[in-house]
Amino acid sequence: MKGLIFLVLLWSHAAYAIDAKQFTDQKQQVAYESLTSELRCLVCQNQTIADSNAELAADLRRQVYEMLQQGQTPEEIIAFMTARYGDFVLYKPPFKIKTSVLWLGPLVFLSIGLLMVFWLIRTMAQKKVDAVQEQGQQEKLAKIRRLLNEEEERF
Amino acid sequence: MVKFLIPLVLFIIMAIFLAMGLHLNPSEIPSPLLNKQAPAFTAPKLLAPTETLSPTDLKGKVWLFNVWASWCVSCRAEHSVLNHLAQQPNIMLVGLNYKDNPDDARGWLTALGNPYAVSITDQEGRVGLDWGVYGVPETFVIDKKGVIRHKHTGPVTVQDVEHVLQPLVAQLQAEAE
Repeated sequence: MKGLIFLVLLWSHAAYAIDAKQFTDQKQQVAYESLTSELRCLVCQNQTIADSNAELAADLRRQVYEMLQQGQTPEEIIAFMTARYGDFVLYKPPFKIKTSVLWLGPLVFLSIGLLMVFWLIRTMAQKKVDAVQEQGQQEKLAKIRRLLNEEEERF
Repeated sequence: MVKFLIPLVLFIIMAIFLAMGLHLNPSEIPSPLLNKQAPAFTAPKLLAPTETLSPTDLKGKVWLFNVWASWCVSCRAEHSVLNHLAQQPNIMLVGLNYKDNPDDARGWLTALGNPYAVSITDQEGRVGLDWGVYGVPETFVIDKKGVIRHKHTGPVTVQDVEHVLQPLVAQLQAEAE
């Protein structure tokens, strides 16, 4: 029973958008769904316009719908939105000098981490080698001493 | 020595970024329309619905474009400031009645006073969308050439009027057409 309720909850969320728009063209439907989930609702900020109930989100959805109906491409619609609301309207910011830290930051941090791991492994390995060599040295010395002692005993 | 300085330097850098983050206002979105030609529209006037207004009618004038609605709570707070501002010389306030019922809007102006030289109606929010409006109230300052020179998000306060809007309008009035 619990599993059933869970399934129903899951399904209902995925199956219905806030206001489903109907397209005759399947391609436009797909474009509409991907565009509305890429554009940020500027009032709520942490929701896409597909997820948001805000009036502004509804207006933006209507705009996307109408522009698609007029045969405009997703690129043209994105350009239209950024011309009015700035890059902030995009969930995926474009790569620019201003946003380079955003895009390259994680890579830089990852490389720093990897370098540190390599450096740690190397120093640890070096220590081990040194320790083994040290031990080897000790053993050799012991052997020499033993041999020398044996020699002495013989004479 | 250096070994001990590294964490300290890292901490200071992090603290600077966090402090910057504390002072940022995430709801303030810079408008890409700044220093661009004001988006065109032709919209009916609120008090004379048979007549229309378009930004080209205002060429050669410095004007403030204030987005308002009778359902907007902060607009009520802003309204007395606008009434005061409208009485200043050289100030021309144009209102954008955004997603509102025209009857409610007219009632609001009768009850609270009308600071606007003219207000236009935008019941569906299309003019607002073209101007990148994402909240009400918002105020734009447009120069004589029809270029947006300033955008204010949220209610205008007396301080904003004295320190930002009035000096800016005076400066723009001095510019050539």
